[in-house]
Amino acid sequence: MAQHEVNYASTGGLPVALTTVDKLLNWGRANSLWPMTYGLACCAIEMMATGASRFDFDRMGVIFRASPRQSDVLILAGTLSKKHSEFARRLYDQMPDPKWVISMGSCANTGGMFNTYATVQGVDRIVPVDIYLPGCAPRPETLQYAVMMLQKKINRESGNMNKNTKQRFV
Amino acid sequence: MQEPNKLKPFFENLNFERDDNTMVINFGPQHPSAHGQLRLVLELDGEKVVKAYPDIGYLHRGVEKMAENMIYNEFLPTTDRLDYIASTSNNYAFALSVERLIGLEVPRRAQVIRTMLLELNRIMSHLFFLATHALDVGAMSVFLYAFREREFAMDLVEDYCGARLTHSAVRIGGVPLDLPAGWLEQLSTYIDKLPEQIKLYEDLLTENRIWKMRLEDVGVVTPEDALSWGCTGVLLRGSGIQYDVRKEEPYELYGELDFDIPVSDRNDSYGRYRLYMEEMKESVKILRQLIPMHRKTEPQIMAHNPKYISAPKEEIMTQNYALMQHFVLVTQGMRPPKGTVYAPTESPKGELGFFIRSEGEPYAYRLKIRAPSFFHTGILQHILPGTYLADVVAIIGNTNIVFGEVDR
Repeated sequence: MAQHEVNYASTGGLPVALTTVDKLLNWGRANSLWPMTYGLACCAIEMMATGASRFDFDRMGVIFRASPRQSDVLILAGTLSKKHSEFARRLYDQMPDPKWVISMGSCANTGGMFNTYATVQGVDRIVPVDIYLPGCAPRPETLQYAVMMLQKKINRESGNMNKNTKQRFV
Repeated sequence: MQEPNKLKPFFENLNFERDDNTMVINFGPQHPSAHGQLRLVLELDGEKVVKAYPDIGYLHRGVEKMAENMIYNEFLPTTDRLDYIASTSNNYAFALSVERLIGLEVPRRAQVIRTMLLELNRIMSHLFFLATHALDVGAMSVFLYAFREREFAMDLVEDYCGARLTHSAVRIGGVPLDLPAGWLEQLSTYIDKLPEQIKLYEDLLTENRIWKMRLEDVGVVTPEDALSWGCTGVLLRGSGIQYDVRKEEPYELYGELDFDIPVSDRNDSYGRYRLYMEEMKESVKILRQLIPMHRKTEPQIMAHNPKYISAPKEEIMTQNYALMQHFVLVTQGMRPPKGTVYAPTESPKGELGFFIRSEGEPYAYRLKIRAPSFFHTGILQHILPGTYLADVVAIIGNTNIVFGEVDR
């Protein structure tokens, strides 16, 4: 077929896909969410189970990284004590933008059953939270659902990071 | 004193002599191999650890204080969150203490179900140990295999009580439910398959050159050290001392069951790894004996003691007095007699016991948890100096500590 005969309008006519930069960036970000291996308490066991053989987090592009410098998502899985809160905030600060936070389990959401002198009553007092995940402990399916919700959320955001910079706590 | 509502770095005054060429590094509390929230301050000379200082308290939730403001039944779900890898062993240790305090006889069917759940939890905990320990040392595939088997055990527990991790399946005075239909068949299928899987792990690891190099003569705990640091469980048996609460002070049905206590006199991590594998086989043996025992028992699952234990649901729904008694027990709580009690149990990690001081109130006057991991964290400062930095991860993994019960 000569070049002038190619119907560029039909699908597969041109080996080019048209999109916006926003969509392209969000597509990349949403499909390779790398959380940090940051186990706080019981929920961390379910987080490990999510990454292990039966539930297999890898198929969603979620690969656990050991360093905050390499990760995009902070999954706060478990009870955050006041002694630990300073570290949690510092780890969040060390993560490069864009970054998201999943608060996993009742303890991380609100302090849960541990309404004591030692426990932070909700990690949103320390870091801005994107997804609150209920349960004590949430099942691995729930965590996977939370990641899918986070992907939806990312796809709605603007690709321009400066525009949707979250309000930072001082 | 820290200012309230301000997050400022707050460091303890650690006294390290800094007049030599050693380097102080901070290990954790986020380290992926720190098994929770262990922070180790290590003083290094080259790659050798000179001094190790385990800093705990990052998961301190005030559980013992909570117990003083809760009625006994209310506190039971909190014990799930101590050693969250084997929740039933905590539930059981607490329930046993309260039962001893009020002198309660548990019906035989409940005893069978409890022992089954305890052994199933031991298998789950040991599989988890194997998975994470292998992952720390670098054997990723063992992690995936062991978690697969652990999921099947969790399915069984989920079928029984509805929860995967936080079971609350043992109550004071018995168990809440009888086994569902077909559960025993599933259990026997599982324990028939498990030895094959254990053989797979052993084939992968036991003679593996890298595994042996990483574990042999690493983390040596001499029998004297193990005794003086208060080690229990596999850490003590790995040092050649045959001590298991299940044999020394049998509780539940362990006195009637036929099982062995594997002991290793290698004193090192490799010997302890072998013990974990052997203990899983012993648990399978115990479960095999328990399955026919369940069928021979009467269907009663809760102790009959109207002063402390609510009546069965059918009676509550049909009889006025049972309803009133249930109402009082739920709103005010049971009032055990004055006294102190400590009941040791063999949890998968070691000796777990709840010390309860009761003043005759519905709340414990003082509740102290004797958690094995706490002592095993303490011994780190003794066994880590002299080892290489790369072995620190292997040793922490091998002591099998869980921070829920260390910090409480």
